[in-house]
Amino acid sequence: MSYQKPTFRHPQLPRNGLDLTRSSYEGLISTLCAGCGHDSISAAVIQACWELDIEPHRVAKVSGIGCSSKSPTYFLNKSHGFNSVHGRMPSVATGANVANHELTYIGVSGDGDSASIGMGQFAHVVRRNLNMLYLVENNGCYGLTKGQDSATADEGSKSKSGLENPFENIDLVGVALEIGATFVARSFSGDKDQLVPLMKAALSHRGFALIDVISPCVTFNNHHGSTKSYDYTRDHIHTGNIVDFVPARSEITAHYDAGDTTLVDLHDGSSLNLAKAQPDYDPGDKGAAVNALLKSREKGEILTGLIYIDTTEPDFHEVMSLGAAPLNSLSQETLCPGNEQLQKLNAGFR
Amino acid sequence: MLPTDIKDPEYFHKVVDCQYACPAHTPVPEYIRLIARRQYTEAYVINWESNVFPGVLGRTCDRPCEPACRRGRLVSETSADGKPEEPVAICRLKRVAADNKGDISNWLPQVPVEKNGKKIALVGAGPASLTVARDLLPLGYIIDLYDENPRGGGFMRSQIPSFRLPVEVLDEEVDRVLDLGVNQIFNQRVDSLEALLAQDYDAIFVGTGAPRGRDLDLPGREEADANVHIGIDWLKSVAFEHTEQVGKKVVVLGGGNTAMDCCRTARRMGGEQVTITVRSTFDAMKASPWEKDDALREGIPFLPNHTPLTYVCDNGRLVGMTFDRVESVYEDGKRRLVSTGEEPVFVEADDVLVAIGQEVSFPWIEQSTGIEFNEWGEPVVDATTFQSTNPKVFFGGDAAFGPENIITAVAHGHQVAVSIDLCLNEKDMLADRPAPGTHLFSTKMGIHEWSYDSPVTNDERFAVPHLANEVALVDRRAEVELGFDPQIAFAEAERCLNCDVQTVFEEKKCIECDACVDICPTNCISFVGNADEKTLRATLSAPADQTDQDLYVSGDLPTGRVMVKDENVCLHCGLCAERCPTAAWDMQQFSYTVTKACRIPGPLTGKPANV
Repeated sequence: MSYQKPTFRHPQLPRNGLDLTRSSYEGLISTLCAGCGHDSISAAVIQACWELDIEPHRVAKVSGIGCSSKSPTYFLNKSHGFNSVHGRMPSVATGANVANHELTYIGVSGDGDSASIGMGQFAHVVRRNLNMLYLVENNGCYGLTKGQDSATADEGSKSKSGLENPFENIDLVGVALEIGATFVARSFSGDKDQLVPLMKAALSHRGFALIDVISPCVTFNNHHGSTKSYDYTRDHIHTGNIVDFVPARSEITAHYDAGDTTLVDLHDGSSLNLAKAQPDYDPGDKGAAVNALLKSREKGEILTGLIYIDTTEPDFHEVMSLGAAPLNSLSQETLCPGNEQLQKLNAGFR
Repeated sequence: MLPTDIKDPEYFHKVVDCQYACPAHTPVPEYIRLIARRQYTEAYVINWESNVFPGVLGRTCDRPCEPACRRGRLVSETSADGKPEEPVAICRLKRVAADNKGDISNWLPQVPVEKNGKKIALVGAGPASLTVARDLLPLGYIIDLYDENPRGGGFMRSQIPSFRLPVEVLDEEVDRVLDLGVNQIFNQRVDSLEALLAQDYDAIFVGTGAPRGRDLDLPGREEADANVHIGIDWLKSVAFEHTEQVGKKVVVLGGGNTAMDCCRTARRMGGEQVTITVRSTFDAMKASPWEKDDALREGIPFLPNHTPLTYVCDNGRLVGMTFDRVESVYEDGKRRLVSTGEEPVFVEADDVLVAIGQEVSFPWIEQSTGIEFNEWGEPVVDATTFQSTNPKVFFGGDAAFGPENIITAVAHGHQVAVSIDLCLNEKDMLADRPAPGTHLFSTKMGIHEWSYDSPVTNDERFAVPHLANEVALVDRRAEVELGFDPQIAFAEAERCLNCDVQTVFEEKKCIECDACVDICPTNCISFVGNADEKTLRATLSAPADQTDQDLYVSGDLPTGRVMVKDENVCLHCGLCAERCPTAAWDMQQFSYTVTKACRIPGPLTGKPANV
């Protein structure tokens, strides 16, 4: 049994703009089940952060409780991390973001952590448009407690014990669209070609970016009859659009037929070139996005890709007028001006 | 690309870089594991089956295995200088097995008392002949071994100084073969192959090596003759104690391993000021790097870029040599030596040892024997069967294709024995040649538990301790290298990556979850659309430009992709198999043994018949 990854890497590993190889973005060896989709998502985070030249020490990883929430240990070893209370990751992320909005925030949650115990917190962090990447590692079951159906399990999906789920599922993508998310995407842990560009787009997006990643639980939810297995997902996936992330100051090199692509500019100077798989669907149009989501659900398809994006909404930091300097860089006197000032303020209300 | 055929014995064999590079294909990782488990006897027997002289080779082998070692292609993330790893000290681990082994007599093959009636003559008692003898005696052949010297061993005895190879070690391993029942016809030089053919031999093997050292004829050579010696002849006269001393000032000409042996021997025979002169640069010298290091450690100066001009004599006695200073200029990969035009250099010398190469010599083989020679005076020999143009006569070792080394001679010997046995049983020497013995079995012991030590250690190569110069240089017989003790041997053995434990992929079990891709420390594994090899190499998750290392390609998977594994820097750490949820990956130990003329017992080839 290996508890440690060897320290040898491929001698010709490519280096990014910071002269770092991917190994600088790795974490500890995973203790999740062999074949867990979450490990592929961790690998995608490593790849996306490496490709974006993000400095590992300028990232904060926050998570709640569950298999998903263990996974920040397995990537970005040199980043800040906070493994918080079940379903309360959004509060911790909000507090950290207020204290220092200059870090890149990656929240990792699961279907239980977000759609059950943390549903309230999830809803509020969405509507506040907190600047973060919010990953839901969605396997439709409680893997850590032996695979009971979770709130995202589809109606009629069979658990490992053979019982069908009698309840309607919560689609976090639909919920997020409804309550004002500005970046909503869905992907599959087994498709890094789609997932990595989506993550890069989400990390470059200013505001709340949700990626709901179908991440099969190999131990409890990868059997015949499950709607979150590798096989079922591969058979029912429907790609809404193909995202080509274009870094700042570089030319668009991907070629698609004219009229089939949409260019979306992001705040950091990068842009997204979206090749549409459906000609009548524009991810800038929320009505069309909701429509596409409902239609694909009716057809029994899993719609993936960048489902909706709005780059115009101000994020939480702007709305709250928190200023350019991160709060943690301000002095004690600035943050807490003293009793005299308080008395003056109070006098103003009298 | 077509799916890789892992049933082809050579595919996985090639992954075991050390074993593949070894001319005798000794199963290196297997004996290294046995050394780590302190099963020295078994480790020795595996070696003995394969290379007949483990104790000798553990001290003197040219080690083609070590430059091939996978560790040499790796750089650790924890490495301070970012330099590639040094190979596992394979050769010196072999010596540990030889030094610490117990009684191996139970493992020795049984030689029948009743002979099969066929008689074979072996000419020259070096490693090639002794290997032929060992492989044929258990089959009942009568073996007559001829040598002009009083003792067997050939160049292992005459050319390798005893401070590198103690006589007792050599005697033990030579005698082990001789004691199987070789008729020793020593102190008898074979002067005529024709006469030998006229006797009742069914086959004759020529293993006479490359016995003629090259001379260097320059102005003054004749006058200086008493103090100019051919390197290998001089080493031989030292070995057989005909030479007891050498002048105080000695110049050695040449930059190969023989030159290193000459200068180090001269240091021990009274030479106080011994100098190596070589025409090439220091780096381009032919000697193995470790042999150069050993000479340097004994305070022997090297004069590279010096081309000899004349022997200088005074009153009919050698007093030194003059050299022209040159530069090596490379044009189209060919080296040319260009004089710098400086004044010639004079180096004082009481004796000069000429070690500039050696060649085969067959004045005793008559034209009438039907043996043909090529333009370099080497016999025309089939590269697989080692048969000469006279069907009864076989060649092997240095005598066949020119100077090589002990391990190559042993490898030839095995093949000659196979050929002779096939030939004398009226079988086809090519069509009926036996395939190598291979075996592939899972090392899985439980969930994520393997029968080998899968973790990869970061230890750097351990150095073998040496005898202090004050002691070493006063005694020609004192062995300089002291060998690893069991603790260091264990640590060094643990550096082995177990490349014979293969990553075997079964595509029908794969669910394409990417777990192996994500965990692989060296990014060997990719799942991509199939294409030709060149395109595939360019699309893998890490550069795969080492084209001499194969790609392991699966059949089509459900998504239409294929699994492609670049064998180049695979650590054989087993993490792909540990992270695989369906056991599509398994770590399976692959053993490969060159099939010998008869089965020699060993841990991989089976127990002796009487046990």
